[in-house]
Amino acid sequence: MTGALHAEWTKLRTVAGPLWLVVGAAALTAALSVAAVAAAECPATGCGQDAVRTSLTGVQLGQAIVAVLAVLVIGDEYRTGLIRTTLATVPSRVTVLAAKGAVVAGATLAAAVPGVLGAYLAGRLMLPGRGFTAAHGYPPLSLTDGATLRAVAGSVLYLTLVALMSLGLAAAVRDAPTGVGTVLGVLYLAPVLITVVSDPDWEKRLRQLTPSNAGLSIQHTIGVADLPIGPWAGLGVLALWSAGALLLGGLLLRLRDA
Amino acid sequence: MSGFVGLLHAELTKFRSVRGWVIGCGLAVFLMLLFAGLAGAGNSHTGNGPGGGALPVGPDGTRVLDGLTLVHQPLDGDGSLTVRVASLVGSEPPEPPQDGAAPTAPERPAAPPTAAPEPWAKAGLIVKSGTAPGSPYAAVMVTGGHGVRMQHDFVHDTAGPADARWLRLVRAGGTVTGYASADGTAWTQVGTAALAAGEATAGIFVATPGHEEFDQYPGGASSIGGKVIATGTFDNLVIAGGRPGAGWETRAVANENDPQAPPLLSEHDGDTFTVQGSGDVAPATGGPGPKLEQTLVGSFAALTVVAVLGVLFVTTEYRRGLVRTTFTTTPGRIRVLAAKAVVLGAITFAVGLVASTGALLLGKAILGEDYGATVGTQVRLVVGTAALLAVAAVFALAIGTILRRGAGAVAAVVVLITLPYILSVAAVLPAVPAQWVLRLTPAAAFAVQQTLHVWPQVYQAYTPAFGYFPLSAWGGFAVLCGWTAAALAIAAVLLRRRDA
Repeated sequence: MTGALHAEWTKLRTVAGPLWLVVGAAALTAALSVAAVAAAECPATGCGQDAVRTSLTGVQLGQAIVAVLAVLVIGDEYRTGLIRTTLATVPSRVTVLAAKGAVVAGATLAAAVPGVLGAYLAGRLMLPGRGFTAAHGYPPLSLTDGATLRAVAGSVLYLTLVALMSLGLAAAVRDAPTGVGTVLGVLYLAPVLITVVSDPDWEKRLRQLTPSNAGLSIQHTIGVADLPIGPWAGLGVLALWSAGALLLGGLLLRLRDA
Repeated sequence: MSGFVGLLHAELTKFRSVRGWVIGCGLAVFLMLLFAGLAGAGNSHTGNGPGGGALPVGPDGTRVLDGLTLVHQPLDGDGSLTVRVASLVGSEPPEPPQDGAAPTAPERPAAPPTAAPEPWAKAGLIVKSGTAPGSPYAAVMVTGGHGVRMQHDFVHDTAGPADARWLRLVRAGGTVTGYASADGTAWTQVGTAALAAGEATAGIFVATPGHEEFDQYPGGASSIGGKVIATGTFDNLVIAGGRPGAGWETRAVANENDPQAPPLLSEHDGDTFTVQGSGDVAPATGGPGPKLEQTLVGSFAALTVVAVLGVLFVTTEYRRGLVRTTFTTTPGRIRVLAAKAVVLGAITFAVGLVASTGALLLGKAILGEDYGATVGTQVRLVVGTAALLAVAAVFALAIGTILRRGAGAVAAVVVLITLPYILSVAAVLPAVPAQWVLRLTPAAAFAVQQTLHVWPQVYQAYTPAFGYFPLSAWGGFAVLCGWTAAALAIAAVLLRRRDA
């Protein structure tokens, strides 16, 4: 396993693409958050907005980049035929997938920690200028606040779980562009569908069971009791999706010829 | 030219001989239909219009609200009406209903507390072809906050003087002309309206929209409305051309089941009429609730599929090295790009047309109504969605040519089109930034699916969270075309400069 891990790490760090994706994921996460914070307004007391969640909007964009990163870790091997060499040197396919999962998780953390912290700092520094002041009921964001810490740390975990789900789906579809399309479909279609579903029961079900909506409930810091699914339970739903995707990918990897 | 036809044929052969891509086309159709079913899931066959029942339809087919209190008498031919609107006041809206409780139509209070009238409360003169809801009319009126207006047939609205209190309507043949005056002697023309000559009814009327408050919060939007009652006081009412001996009769014109149905009250004290009304005379607007375009929500799924197809159509050539063969047989690289764009656009347009027609028909069957969209609008929705998918596929082709790496190109296309839509329509962003996002990003193209109409004479939150795009249908589509043209230009330059 150590050897497989070392091999995966070498493959990742010796090409330029993953590094750029890590930098891009961190930068775009922070950048969209800066834009969302700059657009937010709290004109009066009790404007009812979740300041922490607004600051973490960038995760909506960052997830697409970490998904590309994770998909390429396995998709590129199929593109170049390297997968046959990989499987020849490490015949245990489950070991290969586990090693890839560890490397993907590490690379995603390297992107998510600075990206999410940048988003948090954007909120902490810029929101008071947008009317989110103590006078309006919004003390400056602080990581010593339990809910804020949960949202920030949870966003990092969210991105990591999205990356692992992407890896599993990419192992199942084997083609990188198709894999990215599949992952982004899973992540982005649910929020669009929720805006049009008129039946409240179906809307609640979608909010509870879809990976992006359930997972992002970790970002809520106000009205948590009224959420269709609690923050940690929501992240748990996403974790189930990731586990399911990895299981499917691992199973297909074992059953099929490379 | 025949060379280009050959090129088209070559690209068509490349597309249809890859089984996965043909399956992708079928998947796009399947997903459109599946999402149309999901969007309507759990929806019963009951109407969900603002009135809780089917809305009346105006002379031009628009769904309308037609609730007013009318004090009228027959007017069979030419004639005129003059009145002074002494006052127009409103009432306090009722307390908003508690969460979960169904809004109930309150009993008319014995003496409703008065308040400033709604800005679009109306009191004035009207000539209406009949008392059936939705029938044609022409009216000149004093409003609560928008001065004197001349309105006819629900959708037409002309501004008049801000401070006039005297109103006059003159009917001559098929034309009704409205006048206003501050003092009853010097009159200014406000506007004219066509109204078929013949039997009609004429008199004074009062109507008012309910009191609406629109709220947008991250993740959604809501409107809280309450019925209010407007009271208009009139004097100096004169009719010329009425039937001899006819008197003034009070009548409520209302859509049955309309919770805003006007209370019937008019007092006639010598020269002075006091008339109460509620319920609006105006086109119906959307707001939260089912809309016809929701049957096409699967276009986001189909878009993701055609983005993958568009990207693969070019990156696969690089992956397999086929691109070198292609450029050897056709050294004109831009012609190759053009042929690919034409073939891909034509295929995705055809697939999109099948998918969106099927989704619209299936969605309408499930939802059980068409929300008053005309046939022209429905054709625009279907053709516009197919065109959107075709242009998005060509956009993906161009991005794929620029990046030459499939995964990044698919992500770029999906993120550029879908994410701005989510951020603006799902109310993550406040209204004004959301409108700018829908003017500048490729997501503007989804305006082509809009069925809602902005009516200046109706108070409504015309923001993305309520389903209103800032650009017109084809204007928004043009934004996506602009992005695609720019991407194609960059792709063409890079294709010539770089080695394959």
